Amino acid sequence: MSSPDRSTFERIAVIIAETANVDPAKITPTAHVINDLGIDSLDFLDIVFAIDKEFGIKVPVEDWTEQVNAGRAPAEKFFIIGPLAERIDELVQAKPV
Amino acid sequence: MLDRIVAHDADSLEAEATLPDQSPVFDGHFPGFPILPGVLMIECMAQAGGWLMLARQGFARMPLLAKVGQAKLRGMLRPGALIRVGAKLTHDGSGYAVLSGRIDSDGQMAAEAEYTLRTLPFPDAALAALVRGRGTELGLPA
Repeated sequence: MSSPDRSTFERIAVIIAETANVDPAKITPTAHVINDLGIDSLDFLDIVFAIDKEFGIKVPVEDWTEQVNAGRAPAEKFFIIGPLAERIDELVQAKPV
Repeated sequence: MLDRIVAHDADSLEAEATLPDQSPVFDGHFPGFPILPGVLMIECMAQAGGWLMLARQGFARMPLLAKVGQAKLRGMLRPGALIRVGAKLTHDGSGYAVLSGRIDSDGQMAAEAEYTLRTLPFPDAALAALVRGRGTELGLPA
C-alpha cells in the first residue's frame, strides 16, 4: 500500500492500481477516473473507501456528484486524478486537529 | 428475514430469527436435506447491517447491498434453527458504509462476511414509511 512520504497523487495512484486492477502506466494526473481508466461506480466506492482509510478523511462523493449533476462544478474538478489529488489535500488540511 | 432486534448502538446491531420449519426454499435446497442457502445467510447479515444504517441515519436513507467480500460460510443452518445475526460498522462513508457481519447458531459461528452497503434517498415516502414501520416492529425506535 502507499506511504505518507509519497505525494498525494502517488498515494492515490497506488490505491487505484491495487483496488481496481488498473495498469499504473495509465494513471496520470490528466486521466479521467471513468473515461480513461474504465472504473465503474462500484470500483470507485472501493477506491473512495481506501482513500478514506489512507488519509483519515471522508471523501464527500455525494456532494461532489450533486455539484456536477446540478452544473455547479465540472466533473473534471473531482474525477480527473490531478484535481482529485488536490481535493484530497484540501480535505486533509481541513481535518480537525 | 429477521424476527427481532435484540441490541443496537451507534456502531453495531444484533438481531435474532428463527428459521421456518417449512419453506419452498428448503424444498429445493435440498430435497430430504434442507439447509439455508448461503446467499440467504449473506442476506441475513446484509439486512442486519441495513437496519443498523437505517437506525444510525434516522431512516432517512435506504441501504442497499453493493458488495460482499471475505464471506465464509462455516456451518449449515437447518429448518427451525434460532440464529443470531450481528452487524458492526467498519466505516461510514459518503453514500456508502462498510460493515462486518456474522451469524451464530447453537453456540457456533455459522457465517461471517465483510460487505458494503450503498445508502440512497428513498424512492418515495410510502416505502420510507413502510420500512420505518417494519423497523419499529423489529424493535428499533421509530
